[in-house]
Amino acid sequence: MIDIFDMLGPVMVGPSSSHTAGAVRIGNMARTLLGSEPKGAKIHLHGSFAETGVGHGTDKALVAGLLGMKPDDLEIPNSFALAEERGMHVTFDEITLKNAHPNSVLLNLLGEDGSTLNMQACSIGGGRIQVTKLDGVDVDFSGDYHTLIIHNRDDKGYIADVTTALSRGGVNIARMSLCRDKRGGNAIMVLETDEKVPYIVREFLRQFAGIIHITYYEREDG
Amino acid sequence: MDLDSMQRILEQSTAEGRPIWEIVLDADVENRMTTREASMEKMRATWRAMVESAEGYDGDRRSLSGLVGGDGERMRAYYADHESIGGAFLGEVIAAALSMGENNACMRRIVAAPTAGACGVLPAVLIPLWRRRKIPEERMLEALYVTCAIGSVIASRASISGAAGGCQAEIGSASAMAAGALTYLQGGTSRQICHSVAMALKNLMGLICDPVAGLVEVPCVKRNVIGAMNAISAADMAMAGVESRIPVDEVIDAMGDVGRRLPVEFRETAQGGLAVTPTGRAVKERMLRRKTQRSI
Repeated sequence: MIDIFDMLGPVMVGPSSSHTAGAVRIGNMARTLLGSEPKGAKIHLHGSFAETGVGHGTDKALVAGLLGMKPDDLEIPNSFALAEERGMHVTFDEITLKNAHPNSVLLNLLGEDGSTLNMQACSIGGGRIQVTKLDGVDVDFSGDYHTLIIHNRDDKGYIADVTTALSRGGVNIARMSLCRDKRGGNAIMVLETDEKVPYIVREFLRQFAGIIHITYYEREDG
Repeated sequence: MDLDSMQRILEQSTAEGRPIWEIVLDADVENRMTTREASMEKMRATWRAMVESAEGYDGDRRSLSGLVGGDGERMRAYYADHESIGGAFLGEVIAAALSMGENNACMRRIVAAPTAGACGVLPAVLIPLWRRRKIPEERMLEALYVTCAIGSVIASRASISGAAGGCQAEIGSASAMAAGALTYLQGGTSRQICHSVAMALKNLMGLICDPVAGLVEVPCVKRNVIGAMNAISAADMAMAGVESRIPVDEVIDAMGDVGRRLPVEFRETAQGGLAVTPTGRAVKERMLRRKTQRSI
């Protein structure tokens, strides 16, 4: 069913839920998945984001999200100055992505600890977003749920390990998807959950030898 | 219950002798697995965000393109000093609609209702009425639940997106939501609320989405004015006992059908209507030359 607060809301900085609010959310999602404040960001704008982004403040909104702002932050229009103050280096260019939604962006981020993230996402209307690619692997999640992202070696048994740990931690899985670049290669497990994933469960999962990396996004309204 | 039919909501309201807003509140509690209190508090925060945005209007602000700003102030000054044709209340409504549309275009905080481009319609009619009649805040929240019923039914049967259904789906839907709220606030029955929704939506059917340079500025800001004025007339007609000859759900379905059949040029692509006038094209050219700075 439709959330009535999608009819009256979001409370957001204008002018466009898809080009502004959604862009803030994309930036914020990328920052969360990177795991630290980006010190460098290459932002590649596709389609309508490239065409009408300046007039909608899409560029400012993406940077605001990378700085950790939420869609209703009145500082969004000043994000470039804030990024400069915090030493975040950002470049913009235009790109044509294959089979991508018109409001799409590809972000290449470099974190403070040297970690990197490549994320492609689109803004699908009403401020809602969809992450479509993560480090070259096709994914599909929205940030409407708490989201656990597990990079693991493509091998037997990890799904059982992860789902067992979640179930013991009292976490119900709403949606789950699995993707890999090739057999025995890098796999990404995306689990969207009804409950928050407790810290201890995430730490427990990190112990597994074949689990390379775990990131976690907590839904905006908790 | 699923909020996908005004007729069903009306039937439930009549059968149980409960106002529409309570049915919507219960639906929200069930859907989001929350409590009545938490839902009401979220609605209160939404209402206060609307009021705060209206109060924070500044006529000196301009949009990123420079096309929009200052008209809310201009309108306010005019009706304060002149005997305007529509009278002081309508003057206030027009000024409020322009102001909120400008707030949105100038990257201020607004409440999408149902969309950012149509965010001026609801506050334009609700805030001046609330002030004049000193309506308690709780009653305003009830009216907002009524608007949510209307928005949800339109979103599930037709669309509230300009890209999917044209401006009729954005300003039209906002106007229908506002009409229902006004009818409720004037003491209208659930049946009268449904008729006001049907009439408001009918009267904006076919409205295209043709934003100049693809921006939520021209003609979006001023279309918030027609959405607000149309809501007032639909609510007053419903209160007078005027009824829509076409039932409300059928009107919504027809709006959805018109939206799907609108050529893509008239659905937010900036390829038709005002966007392709010589002046509209010139604005687009100017904006294209101002592509984003390449780095920070």
